[in-house]
Amino acid sequence: MRAVHLVIAVAVLVLGSYVSLGIGAASSVGVADLFPPSAQEWHLLATSRIPRLLAILMAGASLAVAGLIMQRITANRFVSPSTSGTVEAAVLGILVATMFFNSTSLVVKMLIAIVTAILGTMVFLQMLQRIQHREGIVVALVGLMYGGVLAAVTTFVAYQRDMVQYLDIWTTGSFSGILEGRYEPLYTVLVVGVVGYLFADRFTVIGMGESFATNLGLNYQRILYTGLIVVSVMAAVVVVVVGAIPFLGLIVPNVVTLLMGDNVKKVLPVTALAGAGFVLACDVVGRLVIHPYEIPVATIAGAIGGVVFIWLILRSARGAAV
Amino acid sequence: MISVRKVSHRYDKQVVLDDVGLTLPVGQLTSIVGANGAGKSTLLSVISRLLRPETGTVFIDDLDVQSAGDDAIARRLAVLRQDNRVTARLTVVDLVRFGRFPYSRGRLTPEDHALVDEALDYLDLQPLRDRFLDQLSGGQRQRAYIAMILAQDTDYILLDEPLNNLDMKHSSSMMTLLRRAADDLGKTIVLVLHDINFASCYSDHIVAMRDGRVVVQGTPREIMQREVLREVFDMDIHVQDLHGVRLGIFWTTGAPVGPGPLAPEPGEVGQPAVTVG
Repeated sequence: MRAVHLVIAVAVLVLGSYVSLGIGAASSVGVADLFPPSAQEWHLLATSRIPRLLAILMAGASLAVAGLIMQRITANRFVSPSTSGTVEAAVLGILVATMFFNSTSLVVKMLIAIVTAILGTMVFLQMLQRIQHREGIVVALVGLMYGGVLAAVTTFVAYQRDMVQYLDIWTTGSFSGILEGRYEPLYTVLVVGVVGYLFADRFTVIGMGESFATNLGLNYQRILYTGLIVVSVMAAVVVVVVGAIPFLGLIVPNVVTLLMGDNVKKVLPVTALAGAGFVLACDVVGRLVIHPYEIPVATIAGAIGGVVFIWLILRSARGAAV
Repeated sequence: MISVRKVSHRYDKQVVLDDVGLTLPVGQLTSIVGANGAGKSTLLSVISRLLRPETGTVFIDDLDVQSAGDDAIARRLAVLRQDNRVTARLTVVDLVRFGRFPYSRGRLTPEDHALVDEALDYLDLQPLRDRFLDQLSGGQRQRAYIAMILAQDTDYILLDEPLNNLDMKHSSSMMTLLRRAADDLGKTIVLVLHDINFASCYSDHIVAMRDGRVVVQGTPREIMQREVLREVFDMDIHVQDLHGVRLGIFWTTGAPVGPGPLAPEPGEVGQPAVTVG
């Protein structure tokens, strides 16, 4: 990655962010009104559009990075928070928080969702270590099925309590509810992201296999579980605040590593930028298509991501490298 | 010095190492040979602390490999298992840089970079340094891994079947290179090999295993004998001395191939040279 690429990526993202700030149901504030905003316009920006933009950037970046780390530590391109039960376990956690702790607090939901996401992902990793063919699509299928089972449990319980509609908020990610005071827990992902970056080399090493890691003096299991926690926290926080955004954690790191290789330290910053950019684009499209209404970002990301996912599967079926 | 003391190990009640005691010399190239399931790779894994045996200890000089810190061992001993599967698309130079991980923890000093460059030079990999591992041929990839091991700059290098998936040409250049590393750099090298003739031609010392035990060990001259090989491999292998190098002719059922400097054993005389396929 040459510095110039990074500069271009940042520039595109800044431009997209600017456009994003200029779009919304309140058409009185458009792209042209941002320099400088009046007091009233500034109020709209500060309470709604800037929080929304920040949430988009952080959610996109963290889900993409979570996917990247997950792919590396499992040495499988088809593993991501949404194909390993992590997201479904987080949603289950939200349901548990609502039912048993009768909690309306975002922080309590978040903590419980983090715990269930870690446990759910741990179960997946245990299954993974018992699968003979750890490469390739089989693992993704197992993960999708496992996620399906978790989602079914969640839906069943929610149905009993007449809470299915309520769960929709989390199973279909959207930024429309993001306001000042409703997104701040997302800042957690920045802290966790830094931890992820500090461990980047270790994640790359354990992706090369257990004996490779041991040879270099690393404790494979310890790093595997560190990665698992980093990934689960990132995914759970995003699910609680924004909701699930399908395929993002799968396709963004795949496309980035296809171009730039798997050295986590090298590709992590670009993956974060690309994830943020992808979600930003999806959100802008979702807000423009049926303006002044909007389509949830999860729907747009799902539509685009699904196509890319199929392309990736076909590519691997043709026996393309790794 | 590598010393293995009373090491035993089982996989699901199947004994794979049976009270193995062994001392391997420093600065030499040692090959471990034996049939499939003899315990060669398991022994190598135990020596390199990739596997904790049920009983017994392994010392590398003064370090107990099971209890010494992971880092301390990683700076003393490097091990490479052969699966040749590329799980990550790294560039050659990135891979070799990971060899410095036990020292630099990912923040390479100028000295680390110099050692990485040296290792790349030693294996002739400079032209390929920015290529991804999955863009290399099997032989090139093997060299990249060896370069990483050399960059790790350990006194001991253990390789499990380094000739796997290599053709004849690459096999012999790999062995030449390892021989050179032992001679020029003073490394202690331990290999698991399948081909007794590579072991015979390139090693200082051969350890022969069967059924989880070390049956016999010694110089290639001592091991490359018909009776010894029969004991180890349960196969009748004709041994030919070619200008001081002993070769086992194992692709014919014990038939001598042409008159050689070794005295023919009784009952074998009269078999002319045969064409072998």
